[in-house]
Amino acid sequence: MTELFVLAEHRRGELRDVTFEMLTKGRELIARADVDLTAVLLGHNVKELAIRLADQVKKVLVVDDARLKDFNEVAYQKVLTHLISERKPVLILIGHTSFGIDLAPSLATKLNVPLATDCIDINFEEKKPIVVRQVYGGKVNIKASLRTSESYIVTLRPATIEAKEVKPIGGEIIEVASPLKEEPTTKRFIEYFEPPAGEVDITAADVLVSVGRGIKDADSMPIVEKLAEALGGAVACSRPIVDKGWLSADRQVGTSGKTVKPKLYLAVGISGAFQHVSGMKNSELVIAINRDAKAPIFRAADFGVVEDLFKVVPILTDRVLQEKKSSK
Amino acid sequence: MEIIVCVKHVPETAEAEIAIDSSGKGIKTEDLVFDINEWDDYAVEEAVLIKEKLGGRVTIVTVGSEDADKTLRKCLAKGADRAIRLTDKAFDGSDAYATAKILYGVIKDLPFDLILTGTQAGDDGYAQVGVILAGFLGIPHATMVKKIELMEGFTRVNRELEGGLEQVMEVGTPALLAVQTGINEPRYVSIMGIRKARQKELKVLGLNDLGLKEEEVGESGSWITVEEMFIPPVEKEAEILVGGLDAISSKIVETLRARGLI
Ligand SMILES: Cc1cc2nc3c(=O)[nH]c(=O)nc-3n(C[C@H](O)[C@H](O)[C@H](O)COP(=O)(O)OP(=O)(O)OC[C@H]3O[C@@H](n4cnc5c(N)ncnc54)[C@H](O)[C@@H]3O)c2cc1C
Repeated sequence: MTELFVLAEHRRGELRDVTFEMLTKGRELIARADVDLTAVLLGHNVKELAIRLADQVKKVLVVDDARLKDFNEVAYQKVLTHLISERKPVLILIGHTSFGIDLAPSLATKLNVPLATDCIDINFEEKKPIVVRQVYGGKVNIKASLRTSESYIVTLRPATIEAKEVKPIGGEIIEVASPLKEEPTTKRFIEYFEPPAGEVDITAADVLVSVGRGIKDADSMPIVEKLAEALGGAVACSRPIVDKGWLSADRQVGTSGKTVKPKLYLAVGISGAFQHVSGMKNSELVIAINRDAKAPIFRAADFGVVEDLFKVVPILTDRVLQEKKSSK
Repeated sequence: MEIIVCVKHVPETAEAEIAIDSSGKGIKTEDLVFDINEWDDYAVEEAVLIKEKLGGRVTIVTVGSEDADKTLRKCLAKGADRAIRLTDKAFDGSDAYATAKILYGVIKDLPFDLILTGTQAGDDGYAQVGVILAGFLGIPHATMVKKIELMEGFTRVNRELEGGLEQVMEVGTPALLAVQTGINEPRYVSIMGIRKARQKELKVLGLNDLGLKEEEVGESGSWITVEEMFIPPVEKEAEILVGGLDAISSKIVETLRARGLI
């Protein structure tokens, strides 16, 4: 029987959430087809991770090799090329993460297997995968088909499919000898680098006023700072604000920044790209201010204000201050 | 140093009204403003910074229509030395894979020590072209690069991982590096600067110049085909507050007070 591979993603001894999201999607896909779901785990001393995966899937292929300990696309690509050529899975699911972005196109090119990246959904229609992707910053979606092939590779956007765990099933763990012959010389993992922590911990704040590119200018930042101060909260931001150097990296919310769950998240001039939304969507109350009524942030908010932030924010700040004064 | 930078001319859509065109597979672009893809702007800056430090030449390559000259001239004004635009009717409908083939068609014959691209394009967001191109060229790559240090025979790069963590890698050169935003501060160029850059070389090549066959590019040479474009279904939509700035502010304050947030 043919297989559907889910490539387990792990870092520093822990499986990443996207692995379980892909397994959930995989389970759904094989329910309608005659295909086995197989988790593929590459790493070193990963027995515990294999056992954890075997709880959730009938078959786990494990390749243990010291050269697979930390993610290195060259080594991973070689091992996967070998596994895929041998077992010819119909579909390989990989996370659209820093790991998948480096690996999937390289693997697809090597194997000459069609690849669709950053998909938010996938289905099989007449044995061919049909994927759904977001384009133009999440304003429109496309449905796309892949060129007919024996195998397909699809990368799934993290934090899009809700991971559902099944009761532990005690699946089979199959060890596969590592096909790696020599140390990869063209690419070497050196170390992890953790940027130093800043003075404000936005993950600990109850109230966050988060500012995006809509603020336009560094000189305008005080208007959001004043609102944050009035609300007794901290200022957070989207990525472009950090890229421009207007706030330090520890203020950034999103996939490459912090994940926050404040009681109030006030998004000001933020469009709501998925990389941003995945870092704030579990906030208790989200209010978004954006002058574009179609901005995706309104799909992640409880309340929306479709106005120019330069008009709303100062008035709102005054009202908050008044309110605090009168309730004293 | 011979550096090649691949760039894309894309519509700015963050604040624009988006409408689906009559084919049902693309958006109407007539009213949109096009500019260099955000990620590519950082790639161009990085290339120019390296050139300013070590000397050499920066070549910009794009696949696009004549409109893309606006982006190419901007890159030349920023300090790139020459530009190549790859244009052909046959290229229409190319996905990331076919686009990488087109780029390969010209780059395989150019000298280079380093190729830079953006991590992804802001319009279709595939994040594939650079890595596929590296595969065709048989050179190593690194994506989501936030720092580049050039050494003898290799480069040491910081790759961005999730949650602020980075991974330091050593990659043999020549290499292809797909850069992430924030790696530098792209310079601005004046209209005067762009006008001056008109003297710099801008070459246009098509299918035949690249030795490609028609079926290798466009939709027939692609891995994926767009079947349909649609406005995403609304699963959850914010309650939009109306009634003027004062009324809106009062409603927000009331909501916050009700929740004990003020
Ligand atoms: C690998 C990767 C990781 C990433 N990680 C992150 C991350 O961790 N966090 C993150 O935030 N992004 C991240 N991004 C970037 C993300 O894709 C978006 O580019 C970014 O979130 C956009 O930021 P923004 O919403 O501030 O800017 P834009 O998308 O430019 O939106 C600006 C918004 O402001 C509105 N606006 C403009 N003027 C006004 C005004 N006067 N009044 C009211 N509204 C106004 C506009 O309508 C628009 O919606 C990542 C991208 C990649 C590829």
